[in-house]
Amino acid sequence: MLSIAHIKPGDWLTLLLGALLTAFLGVTLWQGGAADKAIIRSGGKIFSVVPLSRNQLISVPGPLGISQIAIHNLQARIASDPSPRQYCVRQGWLKQAGEVAVCLPNQVSVELSGKQKNYDSLNY
Amino acid sequence: MTASIIEDRGEGSPRNGEADGFPTATPLPVRTSEKGEEENPSSILLGTSAEDHHIARMAALALGLSVLEAAIPSPLPGVKPGLANIVTLIVLARYGWRTAAWVTLLRVLAGSLLMGSFLTPGFFLSLSGALCSLAVLAASQHLPSRWFGPVTHSIFGAFAHIAGQLLLVYFWLIPHTGLAYLVPIFAAAALLFGTVNGLVAAHYLDKNPINHKIQRHREMRPDCL
Repeated sequence: MLSIAHIKPGDWLTLLLGALLTAFLGVTLWQGGAADKAIIRSGGKIFSVVPLSRNQLISVPGPLGISQIAIHNLQARIASDPSPRQYCVRQGWLKQAGEVAVCLPNQVSVELSGKQKNYDSLNY
Repeated sequence: MTASIIEDRGEGSPRNGEADGFPTATPLPVRTSEKGEEENPSSILLGTSAEDHHIARMAALALGLSVLEAAIPSPLPGVKPGLANIVTLIVLARYGWRTAAWVTLLRVLAGSLLMGSFLTPGFFLSLSGALCSLAVLAASQHLPSRWFGPVTHSIFGAFAHIAGQLLLVYFWLIPHTGLAYLVPIFAAAALLFGTVNGLVAAHYLDKNPINHKIQRHREMRPDCL
């Protein structure tokens, strides 16, 4: 019934343009903003804010012991933590602004932030 | 569908011969019907032309499609096939932009009355989408028809429609940058449904070649081209 015989040459061009526009929107809008700093919290208070540009290992004290936060190649992760289930360690590298790793037992968290703060959930 | 799209203009209103554009664009003359004057002096009769009836018929067809479409469940509010735009595309190709604008705006208005959404945010969303796509169609209709057909107009219209809606949502309803996450979904839907609607319109136009009466009529009304 419907066939592509109805598509004229210019229509193909329009289709291509539309597909490119859609792909471009997907690539640009579905990528979190670039992160440039890590906000480290301990016990709910900001422990330190460090730039991601310098590779380093930061030790953060908590109620259970020391959590170690590694910053490497504009990424951050919790390298070691005394928490029993190690969820925050297993979360791995954080890359984009808005990503967070939280070690609840030791009350330590790392959040990446960029120039624009992204939201992690929206309701309306 | 054929019968309702192709309008016989051979008889009907006395204004048929006038070449001053669409009678609907000018204020309609109000005249008192002679019969009604005797029985009820307050009854008035609005004079309508064949053109008015024609536009009303198209708008009714589009309205039927939009009511039909309201029954189709949608995964995301705002993602709809926009079947009524097929009528707009056919009218645009056959009778020109002014008629297409009339049909579209009447459909938006009457559709909102039927759905009970008149003056709700949903009504303003479809109105802004319709106005934006009509604005884009006003430009895209000048593309050489040898190369660009209804599929092109449909895709342009669909993207303009969703752009208009998203702008209204952003500036009025949800002024939040999180809206940007939905844009690629809406763009993909616009591309898909724009192409399908354009194909349906192109299919119809190919199967129903131009009626000579209408062509004569178009020559009579240069603004209709």
